[in-house]
Amino acid sequence: MAKITVDGKVFDVDPNNNLLEEILSNQQDLPYFCWHPSMGSVGSCRQCAMIEYANDDDQRGRQIMACMTSPRDGARYSIDKAAQFRAQAIESIMTSHPHDCPVCEEGGECHLQDMTVMSGHTYRRYDGKKSTHTNQDLGPFIGHEMNRCITCYRCVRYYKDYAGGTDFGPQASHNHTYFGRFQDGALESEFSGNLAEVCPTGVFTDKVFSKHYARKWDLQSSPSVCAACGVGCNINPGERYGTLRRVVNRLNDQVNGYFLCDKGRFGTGYVNSSERLRVNMVRSAHDGRPTEISPTEAKSRLLALKGKAIGIGSPRASLEANFALRQLVGKENFYAGVSEVEFGLLSQIVEIYKSRPVQAASIRDIELCDAVVVLGEDVTNTAARIALALRQSVKNLGRELAAKMKLPQWHDAAIRNLAQGRKSPLYIIGPAASRLDDIAKQVYIASPADTARIGFAIAHALDSTAPAVTDLSAAEQSLVASIATDLKGAKKPLVVSGTSLLEPALLQAAANIATACSGAPGPGRIVLTAPEVNSLGLMLLMDGSQNSLGKAMQSGARAAIVLENDLYRRAPAATIGRFLSGLEQLAVLDHLQNRTGEAANLVLAAGTFAETSGTFVNYEGRAQHFYATFKPAPEIRSSAKWLCDTEFGAEPRIHVLTGGAAALLPNGYKLQKLTPGADWNFAGARAPRQHHRYSGRTALRAHLNVHEPKQEQDEDGIMNYSMEGVPPLKDSTIFSSPWAPGWNSNQSVFKFQKHTGGELLQSGHGELLLDVPAADKTWFAAVIQKPVVEGFALFPLYHLFGSEELTARSEAIQAKATGAYVALNPADVERLGLAASDGVQVQHNGAVPYLARASIAPGTVGVPVGLSGLNFQDLVTPGLALNKASNWQNPKDWRASNIIVSDAGSTTAYGRGVQGR
Amino acid sequence: MTTLTNKPLTKNIEIGRAPFTFAQYQAAGGYQSVGKALAMKPRDLMKLVQDSGLGGRGGAGFNTGLKWSFIPEPDGGPRYLVVNADEMEPGTFKDRLLMEHDPHLLVEGMITASIALQATMSYIFLRGEYKEAEAALLKAIAEAYEAGMLGQHIAGSTFSLDMAVHTSAGRYICGEETALINALEGKRANPRFKPPFPQVSGLWGRPTLVNNVETICNIPGIVSHGVDWFKALGINGQSGTRISGVSGRVKRPGCWEMPVGTTFRTVIEEYAGGMQDGYALKAFLPGGGSTDFLMPEHLDLPMIPGDVAKAGSRLGTSLLMVLDDKTCPIGCVHNLIKFFAHESCGWCTPCRDGLPWVEHILLKLERGEGTLKDIDILKEACGYMAPGNTFCALAPGAAEPLQSALKYFMDEFVEHVNHGCKYQRH
Repeated sequence: MAKITVDGKVFDVDPNNNLLEEILSNQQDLPYFCWHPSMGSVGSCRQCAMIEYANDDDQRGRQIMACMTSPRDGARYSIDKAAQFRAQAIESIMTSHPHDCPVCEEGGECHLQDMTVMSGHTYRRYDGKKSTHTNQDLGPFIGHEMNRCITCYRCVRYYKDYAGGTDFGPQASHNHTYFGRFQDGALESEFSGNLAEVCPTGVFTDKVFSKHYARKWDLQSSPSVCAACGVGCNINPGERYGTLRRVVNRLNDQVNGYFLCDKGRFGTGYVNSSERLRVNMVRSAHDGRPTEISPTEAKSRLLALKGKAIGIGSPRASLEANFALRQLVGKENFYAGVSEVEFGLLSQIVEIYKSRPVQAASIRDIELCDAVVVLGEDVTNTAARIALALRQSVKNLGRELAAKMKLPQWHDAAIRNLAQGRKSPLYIIGPAASRLDDIAKQVYIASPADTARIGFAIAHALDSTAPAVTDLSAAEQSLVASIATDLKGAKKPLVVSGTSLLEPALLQAAANIATACSGAPGPGRIVLTAPEVNSLGLMLLMDGSQNSLGKAMQSGARAAIVLENDLYRRAPAATIGRFLSGLEQLAVLDHLQNRTGEAANLVLAAGTFAETSGTFVNYEGRAQHFYATFKPAPEIRSSAKWLCDTEFGAEPRIHVLTGGAAALLPNGYKLQKLTPGADWNFAGARAPRQHHRYSGRTALRAHLNVHEPKQEQDEDGIMNYSMEGVPPLKDSTIFSSPWAPGWNSNQSVFKFQKHTGGELLQSGHGELLLDVPAADKTWFAAVIQKPVVEGFALFPLYHLFGSEELTARSEAIQAKATGAYVALNPADVERLGLAASDGVQVQHNGAVPYLARASIAPGTVGVPVGLSGLNFQDLVTPGLALNKASNWQNPKDWRASNIIVSDAGSTTAYGRGVQGR
Repeated sequence: MTTLTNKPLTKNIEIGRAPFTFAQYQAAGGYQSVGKALAMKPRDLMKLVQDSGLGGRGGAGFNTGLKWSFIPEPDGGPRYLVVNADEMEPGTFKDRLLMEHDPHLLVEGMITASIALQATMSYIFLRGEYKEAEAALLKAIAEAYEAGMLGQHIAGSTFSLDMAVHTSAGRYICGEETALINALEGKRANPRFKPPFPQVSGLWGRPTLVNNVETICNIPGIVSHGVDWFKALGINGQSGTRISGVSGRVKRPGCWEMPVGTTFRTVIEEYAGGMQDGYALKAFLPGGGSTDFLMPEHLDLPMIPGDVAKAGSRLGTSLLMVLDDKTCPIGCVHNLIKFFAHESCGWCTPCRDGLPWVEHILLKLERGEGTLKDIDILKEACGYMAPGNTFCALAPGAAEPLQSALKYFMDEFVEHVNHGCKYQRH
């Protein structure tokens, strides 16, 4: 640490950081635009000017840019003395700005507004013409209004340099510099939505939000967790008048940092969907017609099933909802709503975390890793935020080179210039090219089983006590040797795999590699992605029970309660159909109409993540609490509340259920740390969900009655559905959205951090339930089932936009998704005699369009999961007979242009073990 | 050779005749420095150049040998010499003369400099419009390869060097060495922050020296004939010769090689033949468009960086632009600022957004639409774009003619507010 004096005040600072972030960390105001805590400094905007004095006698000083300066111990600086320059800088920045705040969506949370005020520019002196640009259509997610641009370069530094996007950049020069694509068209990056948050003004805005826009101060918000995949990024959803308007990032230094993926940000439209279940219904056994019933009747009918029904839980429902169901039906009658295969995979993950010397890597951990091997998991499509983190991990070589040259780590451009694209090693092995291939040292195309074999071999190469694999090809042997060398040479090696290829051996191989990497520095780092937001939470609740969905179907039950789960996505339709039609009573609790719900004779409207509170456990075993953002109509309740039996009281507060679930979980006591406690208050008041500037509260109902009604109450405590209460400035786990005086934009989050860019005050980053690595090295045997298949070897393909059940039913996601198809090697396309407009008959499962992908090995076929037109679950055989479809016409929902693949640079030397003809 | 030349830069130049071929150039004493350099230790060679007092001829005037000495010891990886031949400074046309008429001098200088720097690759970053220079250089380089002066094991030594010409797509900012490096890498020509300096992390992240054409053209003479010879070439306590010249309404605009330390008066009145009939010298920019005006009372100053700085300007490229009494100084500054505003790379705020505002005000003044408040804004703008406030030297350079015009011609600015521009366009 160093001590510096700034305008007479003494601050402790870290000389390894730049002066700007140290000034901000000491809670001083200093305006800036181009610097970003995740992206470092480039010194372009010149807004953070300060004066540095050479010594005690120096009265004049030298002007510096704080973001480009390492603080010197004992040095004297001034913010005040550079005020005039900062005012000049903002005045010239604003010469071409349109001053259209009243009609700009950024207004009210605009960093440019804040900085303009802070820099002291009030009256305009420039009387010339402004630069004028044309705007582009950047697709369904991001709006573009270039005239507002202040040329801070943050967008391109984020999109290209940070997120690895290739279809966006700066064009032209001088005061006509333009940021856009080479032509109109949807942004290709899976992380484009962050542009709206990175841009300090309204150039890039959330187009989905635009369609039902409200000012930030009119949005009711809460701390929440994204429910769209197993990563569990922290989000701030915003609601007004009963509809969820948008999602923005909520900082969690260990999980999502400052960035979200586009599925999470834009995929919540289903909350407002016309397909929402908004009433509770009984369906006549006679003619199948639904009749609406009151919530009271619905609940009593549901509870009447106690003792008769089995319960089928859900990996996308909260711990509390699953726990309530388990309590209602009893442990032995509670079934995890996942297939036998998935159950096995998830149990395997839990076992690995519990019994191996490994530690699940958080997103932040991933970013710090310096050698990575990815086994078979297309993380861009299954757990996208991890892909963005892997993009950062390969930059560690550059950071290391910079450190050797004594370049500061914040010196972003200098580090990139020095590294010149040299990267830390990342190896990707899997059945098709992935979107991370451009940063990979080597990409190897192999079947899931072969990928596992290579994985086991890597573990053996790292630690000879690990089981060996004998029948590797020469290419595989050299790949294994190269990976082992890089992992051995790394300070922080990491292995990434997951459940998506439905291959347990992949998880075991990954566990062996991580085990082999464990040792003196600590447990081996591993990422095993889980398919859904609470997959691991559900598995932990099973508490040793082996009740999968398959077991439920064999249980002979005559009644079932299905919690937030469309069973048709989990097994072949015929199997599910047989099971459901064999039930006398079926109660379904869910958000949206679906096939399972159509078969139910009792349907209950369940609140989504935005309308309920609870706990999710992410891929690492990190439990995180989410608060309801708004109160739904009385007919809609949280599943946890619907399912509560009287043993907890008729309407128990959520923490009672959390506590109940905690008793079943490893380290469950930690769950109570997730919230400040149900009885939390500040000066007798709860924390508000609404901004203190929430407008029109008394006017909203004035035409009906001048008396203000009682505000909505949250029985769960802690937060209010109103403006009442004190914003908990000291406890960032319960603020609705960050705001500080003078800082109306999302940049204000630094006011709630211990250090700018770092962890939030009171450590709001969840609790790890499985962070007790075993001490001893034990190995999984390298036994791999290699199915010999007839026809094309099938593997699942995932789509960020379309594969996940709920987000796929959001309009914005649908605009980026496509209907089902099969992906084939061009040689197979030729072999099947397919013309460009032909379709492919998939056994007896109908026909779909096809996509030729050079990276897919001949004889194999990628089949997308969850896209409409072909149910992956129906394709039970590992080998598929494919033929040219007769009388084929591509369906309307076939949008090949939405499929962004990166096959161009991929290998044509395919791995062995492909079992096609 | 009995007598050593006193015009080492232009001795081979004869306008109208084709440049010397390799053989002719060698016959005229060329390529001697390569053998001498190969026989020396690289650090001794750097020291020799440093001792000669050679200053950079691109504008900043920094001691060349000293600049070289910051390059780290070789680590087995590539190292680069880049010659800045982007000559886009307004009113500057000296490098063009050297490249079009004696390309082998530059090639020899680059080889010798590369030996000193242990460079493995050398580039000439050439202004795109210099088509004749490009042809001449490509021919010279091909001849040098043919003669074994370039390529593997040059002149039979263990030293190997390649050389390539890169023609610029054309931006003024490419004359800034770090922007030049970015452009050479195929990136946007935005400058890089220093430190790290290019000597440490330059082209492709490797040690790199960027030198001006004329600077490098001095190297063969210094290495061949020694420090004492070079020092004796200058006058008024200076070393060597340099190419200075004049544009504007003088009788013989052009550029000539002359001893460093020659006075402005000598250049304007003797070399350029004085002002054209009917025109009087009102002021002059001493070294390109981005230097402060000097006045007739400064004519007897020697063209030495320190002396010119004391008079409130910079020597720059030492190619003078003469302002006569029938040309509007505000119009002159407006023309320059218009160029600089257009050539701003758009990276940092004062330059990108400050210069267009200045240009706008100058145009208003020219049209008689300016106000006294506008003049205040111009004064403010000069401080706003001062060195240290911007990312590179473009905007501070652009502010130099403006700030000096405000100093010397304030009455004319005020006159413009009241009556508009009274000068006739001619």
